[in-house]
Amino acid sequence: MSTSAIIMMIIAILIVWGGLITAILRLRSHPQPEEDLPPGAHRAE
Amino acid sequence: MTVQPREQWATRAGFLLAAIGSAVGLGNIWRFPAIAYDNGGGAFLLPYLIALLTAGIPLLIMEYIIGRKYRLSPPAALRRMARPAEAIGWWQVAISFVIATYYAVIIAWAVRYVGFSVGQQWGDDPEAFLFGDFLRAPDTPGFLDGFVPGVFWPLVVVWVVVLGVLAFGIRRGIERANKVFIPLLFVLFAALVIRALTLDGAATGLDALFTPDWSELGNGSVWVAAYGQIFFSLSIGFGIMVTYASYLGRRADLTGSAMVAGFANSSFEILAGIGVFATLGYLATASGVGVDEVVGAGIGLAFVAFPAVISEMPFGGFFGILFFSSLVIAGLSSLISIVQVVVSAVQDRTGMRRRTAVLGVGGLVALVSLVLFPTESGIYLLDASDHFINQYGIALAALVGLIVIVWVLRQLPSLQANADATSAVRLGHWWRICLGVITPVVLGWMMVDSLRTEFQENYEGYSTGFLLSAGWSVAIGALLVGVILSFMPWPAGGEDIDLDMESPADRKER
Repeated sequence: MSTSAIIMMIIAILIVWGGLITAILRLRSHPQPEEDLPPGAHRAE
Repeated sequence: MTVQPREQWATRAGFLLAAIGSAVGLGNIWRFPAIAYDNGGGAFLLPYLIALLTAGIPLLIMEYIIGRKYRLSPPAALRRMARPAEAIGWWQVAISFVIATYYAVIIAWAVRYVGFSVGQQWGDDPEAFLFGDFLRAPDTPGFLDGFVPGVFWPLVVVWVVVLGVLAFGIRRGIERANKVFIPLLFVLFAALVIRALTLDGAATGLDALFTPDWSELGNGSVWVAAYGQIFFSLSIGFGIMVTYASYLGRRADLTGSAMVAGFANSSFEILAGIGVFATLGYLATASGVGVDEVVGAGIGLAFVAFPAVISEMPFGGFFGILFFSSLVIAGLSSLISIVQVVVSAVQDRTGMRRRTAVLGVGGLVALVSLVLFPTESGIYLLDASDHFINQYGIALAALVGLIVIVWVLRQLPSLQANADATSAVRLGHWWRICLGVITPVVLGWMMVDSLRTEFQENYEGYSTGFLLSAGWSVAIGALLVGVILSFMPWPAGGEDIDLDMESPADRKER
C-alpha cells in the first residue's frame, strides 16, 4: 500500500470509529431518567 | 373506550441497536465501497464526513424528535403538526410498502446463496448462474411471466421470520431480535474482514480504495454522491426513524442517540469498505487484472463478483457463508424496520391491535412481494422499482417534508426546544442551518441532477414503456396513494377521536 493510502485509512478509522466511541461515552455520561423505564422493566445492576 | 399505553423500548441500548440495525443494511455492504472508490478514494472521506455531520445526523435528530414528541407514527404525527402534512406521512408509508416488497427478495436470494456457497454451485460462470440458472431472467423484461420456485420458497421463509418478529411487538420482537442480530452481524463481518485481510492482494485492494485523489473534491458530482450515500444508508426520509422514536420514553435522550446511530452506521461502512476491497484486491491479483476491472456495486458485486472470489480462494465455502449470512442479517434487521412503518401507521390511525395489523397489513406487503417478484422478470421489476422509488420516492419525500416542516410550518424552534429539554448534546444554530439551508439545497440539487440523467437516457437502457409501468408509475403511485390515504376518514388518531390517542401532553404511561 502507498503511504498516502495507509494514512487515509488510518484517518478514516480514527475519525469514524473515534466518533462512535466519543458519542457512546457522551451518551453514557447522560443517564436515562428513572421515570423513563416502562412498566415491568428494571435497570441493569 | 379503552386507553392502551403505547409500547416502549425496554432499554436505551435496545432502541439504539434497533436503530443501528435499521440503518445498517445492504447499502452499507454493497454500495458504500464502490461509491467511495469512484469518487476520489481516500479523499471521499472529507465530503462523506461533512455530509454525515451537516445532513445525516441533523435529519436523524429531526426524525427522532418528531417521533418522540408526538409518540405516533409518521401520518398521525405529521397530522398533529398540521393536518395537511398527514399526506407526507402516508406518502412515506407507501414508499416503505414498496421498498419492503422487493428488499425481502434480495434477502431471499442471499439465503439461497448461503447454501450455494457450500460446493460453489455457481460453477465457473457466476453471472450466467445468477441470471440464467437461478433467476431464469429473460433477455428483455416482461410482466408476471414464469414462476421461479427457487426464489419463492426462501422468500416465504423471510416473510415468516419478519412478520413473526413484528407480531411479538417492540420489546419482545424487534428489540430482542436486534439484540441478537447486531452482535452476530458484527462477529460474522469481523471474521470476514480478518479473512479478507490475510488474502494475497488485499493490500492492492485497500490501496485502490484509500489512495486519495484530491482533485475530485472540485467535482460537484462527488459531493452529490457523498450526500446521497449518507442519505440512503442512514434509513432517513421514509418514516423509519420517526416510527422507532415514537416508542421512546418521554424523557429519552435524542441527540446523543442520533450521534451514536449515525457514527455506528458509518463505522460499519468503513469496515465493509475494508472487507470488500481487500477481497476485490485478491480477485484482481488472482485474475491478473487491475482492481478497476473487478470493482462493482449492488447485485453484481454481491452475487457475481463475490461468488467468483469464493470459487478462487481456499476454504471459499466458509467465506461465502460468512458473507451471505451477513447480508441476510443486515437485510433482515432493516426489513423489519421498514415493515414496522406500515404496521405502526395503520395501527395508529385505526386503533387496530398489533397482531391483527401485522397479519393484515404486513401480510398484504408479503403477498404483493410473493406475487410480483419470484417471477422470471422479477429482477427487472426490482431494479426499476428500486431506482425510481429511491430517487423520486425517498429523496423527493424527504425534500418536500423538510421544506414543509422547516419553511412552511416553521417547526424547527419548537422541535429544538423539545430535544434540548432531555438530550445529552444541546442543539445550536448549526442544526437549524443544516436543516433549513444545507440539506434542502443538496437534496434539491440531487433531484435536478438525477432528473437530468433520467431524461438524457433511459435508465439501464430499458424501454420507455417498461420504465413507465415499473418505475415512474411506482414512484408517482406512492405519492398518489399517500394523498388519497390522508383524506380517508380514519377511526383513530385524529384530534377529534380518542382511542389510545389522547393528545401527547395528556398521555400517561402506566
